[in-house]
Amino acid sequence: MLIGGVAGGLLLTGCQPGKGEEVKTTASDDKHYGRTDKEKQRDERVMAESFFSEHELATIAVLCDLILPATATAGAATEAGVPEFIEFIAKDLTSHQTPLRGGLMWLDNRALYAFEHTFSACTEVQQKELLDEIAYPDEADPEVAQGVAFFTRMRNLVLTGYYTTRMGIDDLGYKGNTPNVWDGVPEDVLAKHGLAYDEAWLAKCVDQDKRNIVAEWDEEGNLLT
Amino acid sequence: MGEEQRAKGHGAWSMEHGAWGMGHGHGAKGEGHGAIGNISVYFLLTIHYSLINHPSSHHSITPSLHNYFSILRVTTEIMQIKKSSKVYDVIIVGSGAGGGMATKVLSEAGLNVAVVEAGPFFDPADPEQKTQMKWPWESPRRGAGTTRPFGDFDSAYGGWEIEGQPYTRMPGTRFEWFRSQMLGGRTNHWGRISLRFGPIDFKHRSHDGLGEDWPISYNDVKPYYDRVDKLIGVFGSKENLPNEPDGFFLPAPKPRLHELYFIEGAKKVGVPVIPGRLSMLTKRINEERGVCFYCGQCSRACSVYADFSSGTCLIFPAQKAGGQIDLFVNAMVREVLTDHEGKATGVSYINKEDRQEYQLNGKIVVLAASACSSARILLNSKSKQHPAGLGNSSGLVGKYLHDSTGASRAAFIPALMNRETYNEDGVGGMHIYTPWWLDNKKLDFPRGYHLEMWGGMGMPSYGFGFNPNDLNKYLGERIGGYGDQLRKDVKKFYGSVVGISGRGECIAREDNYCEIDPNVVDEFGVPVLRFNYTWTDHERYQARHMHNTFEEILDAMGGKILGDKPGQDQDYGLALPGQIIHEVGTTRMGNDPKKSVTNSFEQLHDANNVFVVDGGPFVSQADKNPTWTILALAWRTSDYIVEQIKKRNI
Repeated sequence: MLIGGVAGGLLLTGCQPGKGEEVKTTASDDKHYGRTDKEKQRDERVMAESFFSEHELATIAVLCDLILPATATAGAATEAGVPEFIEFIAKDLTSHQTPLRGGLMWLDNRALYAFEHTFSACTEVQQKELLDEIAYPDEADPEVAQGVAFFTRMRNLVLTGYYTTRMGIDDLGYKGNTPNVWDGVPEDVLAKHGLAYDEAWLAKCVDQDKRNIVAEWDEEGNLLT
Repeated sequence: MGEEQRAKGHGAWSMEHGAWGMGHGHGAKGEGHGAIGNISVYFLLTIHYSLINHPSSHHSITPSLHNYFSILRVTTEIMQIKKSSKVYDVIIVGSGAGGGMATKVLSEAGLNVAVVEAGPFFDPADPEQKTQMKWPWESPRRGAGTTRPFGDFDSAYGGWEIEGQPYTRMPGTRFEWFRSQMLGGRTNHWGRISLRFGPIDFKHRSHDGLGEDWPISYNDVKPYYDRVDKLIGVFGSKENLPNEPDGFFLPAPKPRLHELYFIEGAKKVGVPVIPGRLSMLTKRINEERGVCFYCGQCSRACSVYADFSSGTCLIFPAQKAGGQIDLFVNAMVREVLTDHEGKATGVSYINKEDRQEYQLNGKIVVLAASACSSARILLNSKSKQHPAGLGNSSGLVGKYLHDSTGASRAAFIPALMNRETYNEDGVGGMHIYTPWWLDNKKLDFPRGYHLEMWGGMGMPSYGFGFNPNDLNKYLGERIGGYGDQLRKDVKKFYGSVVGISGRGECIAREDNYCEIDPNVVDEFGVPVLRFNYTWTDHERYQARHMHNTFEEILDAMGGKILGDKPGQDQDYGLALPGQIIHEVGTTRMGNDPKKSVTNSFEQLHDANNVFVVDGGPFVSQADKNPTWTILALAWRTSDYIVEQIKKRNI
């Protein structure tokens, strides 16, 4: 009766074989990312809110794909769900709210005076013209410093939102977060950098063929196995 | 890295918090007991004991007495203190490194143990609690530190501020206090840097006239360090350095690419580098725990138990071995209860779930709530026999609080641009490190520091891609922009920034302390801590020296050093007190009851059945991370407790 629904023990599942023996890890659960009860409640509350208007979201989407358009091998920021991420993060880290909302309005205002349309209704050429004056902090006119600050924030959020998705990580080429057996820098990379492992140092390093053999030492602390 | 390790901020160069090793909720699961409301309480308690004493898997242990007490409350419907008739041999307060070790050793000696933990049960193998191997998109905030200061996947439930549990500071002073309330405490996310204190560290006053010597020497602790190494596992290498004792090491992982650059750079400027010493299993140590699979995510706690966390490596095995262990979770200890002779009789705690007050009886109380939390409990345990708080006849409980010093710097290494990507996650921390290598007699500050280094192609999380091409200024290329160029720049700079952190010794001073704030209580009505902590030029000049070292090494690596060297107005870049999360010293040990709170066996001078096995009894911090010494001393104290019981001295 006391035995609650705590999930089962070490569910060992074989993963990619490495040196020695296969690498063991445990089962994961796609529905959870390790939240506490309080955090779950907070997530639910934040998810239920909405912050940006449809017009604001449409403008964010345009900005997303100007910042990271699709390439021959990778999708655009909107395809990676970046506008949805920006909507969430503005609700989650509320210090983003006023700078983003105000910045979008600043940009629309700038567009209205320049082209008599809001930013999202401008042509791509016009949009790029507007971005060119705020996208390069070191070259921008001090007159548009507020626009520079807004665009810097937007660019940061678009990039962070993109590179934290499967699409972005594949484009970046990050190869980790998977069970493996680290056995040093690949030889060709060492060669390219003109580096080599020192033999005396390597003697102190793990022999990955013996990683699954239980460690035993002599009385002096010398590893025997 | 210290436990603070992962705090690299969310700036341009922060990769995944945990990737460099820099960086809830289940309590008692049983519900619906109301159905048995009419059965007598005594009967319920009897059933309960038989269940929780059963040496079943650790997953089933979580339910606690509160469930039964809750029924009692429903029946009586008045607020009253819930008392149990059971008498434990030992009550252990806290389940981190010290509490976990005491739980293991004392339960294995056959004692009947209660472990009282302020937070919920935690098992990193539980799919609902596991964060290891999660991708950034599995968090809607992509791992941002909105609710957890080291990011969404960090396994510490708590942080610098905990809602409803404030602490205060004396005007003009700073202290940052990191708490993690969960089974295993901060051991679930710490940096795993596992260093022995050396012979000089225990007797530093004899060497430089500052601070105080410990009442014990390295030789007293060595056998326990040896046992801890073998029980828990730590990789490293035999180096025969005078104040960096070797141990029973597992073999080290090979250095990563940026670490090879560091070794080369350091060599050029005469700074030695050796393999890191961290408690991850690069090699099997028993059949119960897994072997490291190099995800680099130790800050998330390991689901195959291949790194050291107190729950997975001490408490669960103790339960599995059939120990008589009752685990109370979400139970915040208010005070240690004492009798008319001033001896402890148990503890009172608040069940966070029903906000009711409970009492447990114990013949011995072992405090392991963390240096500051244990001091708070002692100071709040006032009685006729202990008017200034339990153990505080010297007035020193809370005094001599000290944290490690810290400073950090980073550089852009042009030779690491446009890297070929491959998996270099490695262990969740540095594969190499630099122990203190200089002679303070020739320097303008008295104590040493060690170096930790970080970098690499970590997993992106919130903050990755910020200011993506600011480094173009070193290449004379354009900063900012939009479009395809941004992708090229992100890839160009990925893995090209490295950093170094210094972690040093601060000399303990009586005027750095925590005490009870006379005006403030937490949400449970318990008086909170007020901190008073300042740095001196000892620490400031040490930080200045750290930055000089960082610059020399980073420059020798061919790096473009980022940011300006912090000046006097910024304490030379010295981290705020508490930020390194190595706070110790609040119940320091000594032979003279007027100058110390505990004796050399971490036993209160004022009550011989109360012990403190966290960082509190440390006399000095050393330039080493404290956990391995907490573990060794907790084992030594636990052996002493068993021996004293046998001799009928307690």
